[in-house]
Amino acid sequence: MPLYYDDDQTMLADTAGQFMAEEGSIKNQLRHWRDRECKDGFGHALWKQFAEMGFTGMLVDEDDGGLGMGQVEANIVLEEIGRNLTPSPFLSSSVLAATALKHGSNDVKGRWLPGLLAGDKVYGVAIDEGRKHRPERIACKAEKSGNGFKLTGKKDFVVYGASSEMIVVAARTSGDDSDRDGLTLFAVPQDTAGMSHDSVRLVDSSMASHVTFDGVELDGDAVIGEVDNGREVLDAMLMAGRVGSAAEGVGVARGAMDMTVDYLKQRKQFGRVIGEFQALQHRAAHLYSEVEIARAVTVKAAQLLDAGSEKADLMASVAKAKVAKVAGLAVREGVQMHGGIGMTDEYDIGLYMKRDRALQEFLGDQYYHAGRVAEMSGY
Amino acid sequence: MSDSDLESFRAETRAWLEANCPPEMREPVRDEDDIYWGGRNATFKNDAQKAWFEAARDKGYTVPAWPKEYGGAGLSPAQAKVLREEMSAIGARPPLSSFGIWMLGPALLHFGTEGQKQRFLNEIARGEIRWCQGYSEPGSGSDLVSLQTFGEDKGDHWVVNGQKVWTSYADKADWIFCLVRTDKDDKYRGITFMLYDMASEGVSTKPILLISGNSPFCETFFDDVTVPKSYGEDVPAYVGEINRGWDVAKYLLGHEREMISGADGGDRTSAIGAALARANGEIDPVLRAELAQFDVDALAYAAMGEKFLDEIKVGKAHPAQPNMMKYAGTELNKRRHELMMAAGGSHALEWDSEETSGGKPSRNWLRTKANSIEGGTSEVMLNVISKRILELPGA
Repeated sequence: MPLYYDDDQTMLADTAGQFMAEEGSIKNQLRHWRDRECKDGFGHALWKQFAEMGFTGMLVDEDDGGLGMGQVEANIVLEEIGRNLTPSPFLSSSVLAATALKHGSNDVKGRWLPGLLAGDKVYGVAIDEGRKHRPERIACKAEKSGNGFKLTGKKDFVVYGASSEMIVVAARTSGDDSDRDGLTLFAVPQDTAGMSHDSVRLVDSSMASHVTFDGVELDGDAVIGEVDNGREVLDAMLMAGRVGSAAEGVGVARGAMDMTVDYLKQRKQFGRVIGEFQALQHRAAHLYSEVEIARAVTVKAAQLLDAGSEKADLMASVAKAKVAKVAGLAVREGVQMHGGIGMTDEYDIGLYMKRDRALQEFLGDQYYHAGRVAEMSGY
Repeated sequence: MSDSDLESFRAETRAWLEANCPPEMREPVRDEDDIYWGGRNATFKNDAQKAWFEAARDKGYTVPAWPKEYGGAGLSPAQAKVLREEMSAIGARPPLSSFGIWMLGPALLHFGTEGQKQRFLNEIARGEIRWCQGYSEPGSGSDLVSLQTFGEDKGDHWVVNGQKVWTSYADKADWIFCLVRTDKDDKYRGITFMLYDMASEGVSTKPILLISGNSPFCETFFDDVTVPKSYGEDVPAYVGEINRGWDVAKYLLGHEREMISGADGGDRTSAIGAALARANGEIDPVLRAELAQFDVDALAYAAMGEKFLDEIKVGKAHPAQPNMMKYAGTELNKRRHELMMAAGGSHALEWDSEETSGGKPSRNWLRTKANSIEGGTSEVMLNVISKRILELPGA
């Protein structure tokens, strides 16, 4: 499969690009909700529009009412989200939770998919425990209790957790904290007794929760997939989420780079536009080169994932690590080349830096993923 | 061509390779004489090299994508890709390497007359003539267009005087394609892309000893060399038009940059880490981190190489994109060899021991330092990207 978009994908990119640039723009969404100190951190009306565009159910099978598209298509939307810094639960709901729900029973799907497809509901995922992403170790426990389970433990970095009608929780149903097996995924409804959210605003104005489960009683039908065999579903979620967040990172990098290159063509000092200075030209050209590479490997990872290739896991980590390096470079160079105004809230370049910082941590930072690449490469 | 046709082509190709590519020719290239360059004075290292070259030549597979009438096999881009994949799957060496294939051939296919194509392309495809490239001069490196080698117009011929430098294998080449100034008043429109015999009177070469201890490049001197303007009907001694050789040169630089960037889809990932882990057990954690960062960059660049080739095929790549590939690819390759030296430790320092095949690690490491100089320096690549792709203003 060639590593560029086919006609349908090009059309989707145009549509999504236009939609995010207008409806999802920094002014209309990110600044709008941030300046109102919105408790959700995103707009529900926009989420409804996402549904009308077909975005919320892109990855949901056609038999289940979705569009049955792949990661390449979801990535196209995510890149535009990144470029416009559009706050939305798309990554957690339509990529991560939707990937989990693919593995659910018909009852589970019937209960949760319609709300996602309609853009009425938002779902979160609870994976991390502690400050860094470390999904190899899951301590949060779900003990058998009657016909169901009793969930105890703490989860962190549950993005848009307080706004989520349901949270997909990875919990241990057997074995030790660091065992591969013995995990089970649960769809935990928001109003379940014993669950509490400590919702915090993050640097990029998104919201995330520390979630505590204090003996939360769950029915057996909250289980997604098989009991004790949740690792496979979790891995599928992680791959989709990592490749998806890489795509969003590519969008952030491109958005920051484009804004910066435009600025280099406008700003005058010493009687000429600063883009004439070779010291800046070479840095901009290096950045361009890196962004192109980051984008290529992200498309590659998405294609491998859609093809069910055994290399997908490796390339998901390569993409996540590469994009993190490159997007970090893009926002740092962006702020520096903007000079003083790059430090002001009025200019958008700083918003790219903040979003990048949050994305870096989501589902593993560049160090975590470079380490995985080394492990998978035999050292 | 339908998918099923392509699959049957793949099966045929696989069978043909099985029958014609000797096992010795499926081993990695170790020494310079493992590469067959062809030419008037060529010798084969062994029977296997000869058999492989001749089989490929007769099939048109020394230049598979060139038209059949010029010595190629007339393969479509999709078929050529299949052939590349099948050759790479068995580790087959290229049956013939030459600047004729990589550089002059593409220029002639684009700018050449029918007569030039008939003669020169066939000679290249059959490995009869070995070409070298006369571009850089002592005073004209990055600023190539300032070149001074001059061809004085004498009616039916030129008399060429001047000096070229960094002429790869000039001492072994039969003919040269050479940038020669034919109009001193017009910098860009005063250069002619000439073709002439290195055996001509007045041509001399002198190998340059490099820090690697090898001498792949020469200084080349032209002292009153007579170059006829024509080699026969429809076979001019220049490509394109007189005084418009810069257009050809620019076109070719694009090709050279693609080539040096290693955008051949080959897997350039390191395997350094795994080899070191096998040899030493434990790896210094800081080195391991560097290796991991390198592998991330190398695997990502491999995807970029694939994307770049896909896009070139359908004309989607930005015309200046080869500059970006060249920049990123050569910088990456230098880093790769730095890490190989670090991983190799004192063993990699050995300069002529048998165990290192005559100092392979250190000589290769030093050789890579030229990657970001030859064919346009990294700094020039960045200039081109900033002007032609980012459209930043200025000189």
